[in-house]
Amino acid sequence: MTHRGPLRCLPPTRWLVPVLALLASAALAQDVLAAGPSGYAPAPVLSPGDYPAIRGLSPRLAVWFAAQMHVWFAAFVLAVPIFAVILEFVGVVKKDARYDRVAYEFLRVSITAFSLTAVTGGILLAALIVFYPDLMKYLASIFGPTALFYALFFFFETAALYTYYYGWKRMAEGRLKLLHLAVGIGLNLSGTGLMFVANAWVTFMMTPAGVDAAGAFGGNVWEAVNNHLWSPMNLHRFVANIAYGGSIAGAYAAYRFLGASSEEGRAHYDWMGYTASLIAIGALLPLPFAGYWLTAEIYSFSQQMGITLMGGVFAWLFIVQAVIIGALFLAANYYLWCGFGRGGYGAGYLKYVKYIAVVVAASFLVWFTPHTLILTPSEARAIGGQYHPYLGPLGLMPAKNTAVNMMLLFTFLSFLLYRRAHRRPVVPWVKYGNALQAGLFTAAVANISFLGVYYGYFTNTVYKVASSVPQVATTLFVIVACLVIEWLMARGGRSEDFKWGRMPERSQYALILIAVSFTWLMGLMGFVRSAIRQHWHVYSVMKDASAEAFTPSIAYAAKVVSAGTVVFLAIIVFIFWLGGMGQEKEAGGDG
Amino acid sequence: MRLIKFLAVNLFFYALLKAPGLLAGKPVPSSVITMYMFFIVMTVLLVMTITDEGANGLFAPIRSLLEDPSRALARKVLFVLLPVAAALSVQYLSTDPGPPFELRSAHPAPPGVVRAYGKVYELDGLENPLRALEKENPAAFKELAREGGEVYFRNCFFCHGARLDGRGHYAYAMDPLPMPFTGSDTIAQLKESYLFWRIVKGGPGLPREGGPNISSMPAWENELTEEEVWKVILFLYDYTGNRPRSWKD
Repeated sequence: MTHRGPLRCLPPTRWLVPVLALLASAALAQDVLAAGPSGYAPAPVLSPGDYPAIRGLSPRLAVWFAAQMHVWFAAFVLAVPIFAVILEFVGVVKKDARYDRVAYEFLRVSITAFSLTAVTGGILLAALIVFYPDLMKYLASIFGPTALFYALFFFFETAALYTYYYGWKRMAEGRLKLLHLAVGIGLNLSGTGLMFVANAWVTFMMTPAGVDAAGAFGGNVWEAVNNHLWSPMNLHRFVANIAYGGSIAGAYAAYRFLGASSEEGRAHYDWMGYTASLIAIGALLPLPFAGYWLTAEIYSFSQQMGITLMGGVFAWLFIVQAVIIGALFLAANYYLWCGFGRGGYGAGYLKYVKYIAVVVAASFLVWFTPHTLILTPSEARAIGGQYHPYLGPLGLMPAKNTAVNMMLLFTFLSFLLYRRAHRRPVVPWVKYGNALQAGLFTAAVANISFLGVYYGYFTNTVYKVASSVPQVATTLFVIVACLVIEWLMARGGRSEDFKWGRMPERSQYALILIAVSFTWLMGLMGFVRSAIRQHWHVYSVMKDASAEAFTPSIAYAAKVVSAGTVVFLAIIVFIFWLGGMGQEKEAGGDG
Repeated sequence: MRLIKFLAVNLFFYALLKAPGLLAGKPVPSSVITMYMFFIVMTVLLVMTITDEGANGLFAPIRSLLEDPSRALARKVLFVLLPVAAALSVQYLSTDPGPPFELRSAHPAPPGVVRAYGKVYELDGLENPLRALEKENPAAFKELAREGGEVYFRNCFFCHGARLDGRGHYAYAMDPLPMPFTGSDTIAQLKESYLFWRIVKGGPGLPREGGPNISSMPAWENELTEEEVWKVILFLYDYTGNRPRSWKD
């Protein structure tokens, strides 16, 4: 393969976009900064005539679709470099070329998506300027200076990405390898910074800060940026992106595994799929807690938004969310259970699977049990109201928190058994170690149940909300403690190499299901997050006076998001196909 | 035999879900049973197909029925029965005389501001002005809660019941039934400002979002003073032993 210099590799469209954005932002920032605090007007009061219309085109739908596509692609391309750098680092430390190869392959898959992220971002910006000019002017009057940062981050990210990708083989040895890792870290820092800037604009629209009741900006940009939801949103999106990127990369590996014609190819893509799913599930574990923080902050900012979110019209989408996440956990567990067959000792652990499945499924059912039930009038009469006497308590958050922690704990147990499938501990204290792990699990189950039941239903709301924290702490403590015990027990133990590639094909569909579930989930919950502003562009400050200022029905939203999911995944499959072609051309790899 | 085991396990769970309705007259709603059963069937299927042996054992009878030349007659019978069963199901579903499902939002979102008693109340951050007495002067607080009880029994108990369980004299004439205040899943989840809005504005003040919010609750701003409303809220929490959600939660 011939190596080309990074800049010469780039088609003009790829570097022109950031350069133009940089120049435009600089001009905009200069204008805004020059205006000074006295130049800030209240938020405009709009009428339907202030919204340009294009016949036959729904502005809301156009912006919605473009935003959704952009966020999906962006999440993927922000996440992949994070774990590419980590895998590359692991490869350097372990001196194992497999990590380097798989990291490079992950990055190759994301490189086409990077261009599409920029393109969909451009379409989104154009749609916003065309259809919502007054909103964009108002936001620009506050966030103009941050646009400069956005453009700078974008510029550095682009430069770092292409240097990182195209320099991979040229910077493969010695100090150049360390420099290459540093470029990868820079790439991630600029990508994360880029997301933080965009998050400031989005969260300001939900929980505005730095403006008075009429929306007049006080002049402190940091105050507007550091609004009520900025930090929780930053954390939630950062973690969720990693989980999402892992899931898409896992789907890529599954796609390649299913098409592999040689044992070597199957083994490679099996390992890649396992690594990617581990990243996805590993990042998924803390995600419910980040989401809980985000939701609690929404509620604390506005009771109206909080109840709209989880008690009112959108509560049904949270039930759908629980269903999808539960399906995702089931798929992840199934993948691990099938993986028992990779190790020589796995057959001995299969007998535990049905018990784990019962707990995971029961937790899943509790998680998606609605509080306000969908009832026929005859059922409502028989039950005597909207709440079921037995199922009613399962609809409340303490039950959901308990169920989520159980699901996490037992998914971790699946992982622990999966690891044992190829490693048999032989330390003299193995019985005590096993007993200690079993004791920790039992104590955790008892503690999580007690906290959920007692503090959830027999004390007041202050303790009810607070009890979720020790529940999470219990789960995380047991996970860390068991991993440490496992590591100590595994030292000097008998181990058999995993027989990579020895996976049934149906297990690969679990990986694909995880990616589809994540995509759908992001679309649905992204809609909810945005829609709880209801008829406000900027909540409580700038009203949406357009003809589409009403909340769409859940069915309509589900159709839009589902259509978006299909389109996005179709593009992703195309990218997979392109990625495969690239690899074949480069190395004559398996395909 | 694995296929029979698969069917038996799923039937067991289905029977478990039907039991509350058959034995205690408190049916698990069909919407919930459908969701539960879908995932129960999926979970059982996953557990039984982890290994190739398991998957082959489960699907072998089906494969044999579809592919084995010696079972041609059974196959033909199946191919006749399946469309007939599908047609009967569709006919049953399309002619089912049962009333439609009702999707009701029990806790609709409150507005940002409420206009009543010649004032504008910002609901975000609004506290019960009498709540501070709970710590400052417990005796006075008890007296206010008792007075709130009098307001309740003069006005509210006809529908919401003497035990505050939503089962007053008129309750069964209404659809939906009045809200209970007992238990940990109604007013314990809410802030006092939410109750203030619901009492003052009643059914007519419910938002359109999340409808149908059909409610027979009158707008009590025409019958009760502002102080009486706050007092009755004190009573609701005091009597049921619940704590209102605070702005710090």
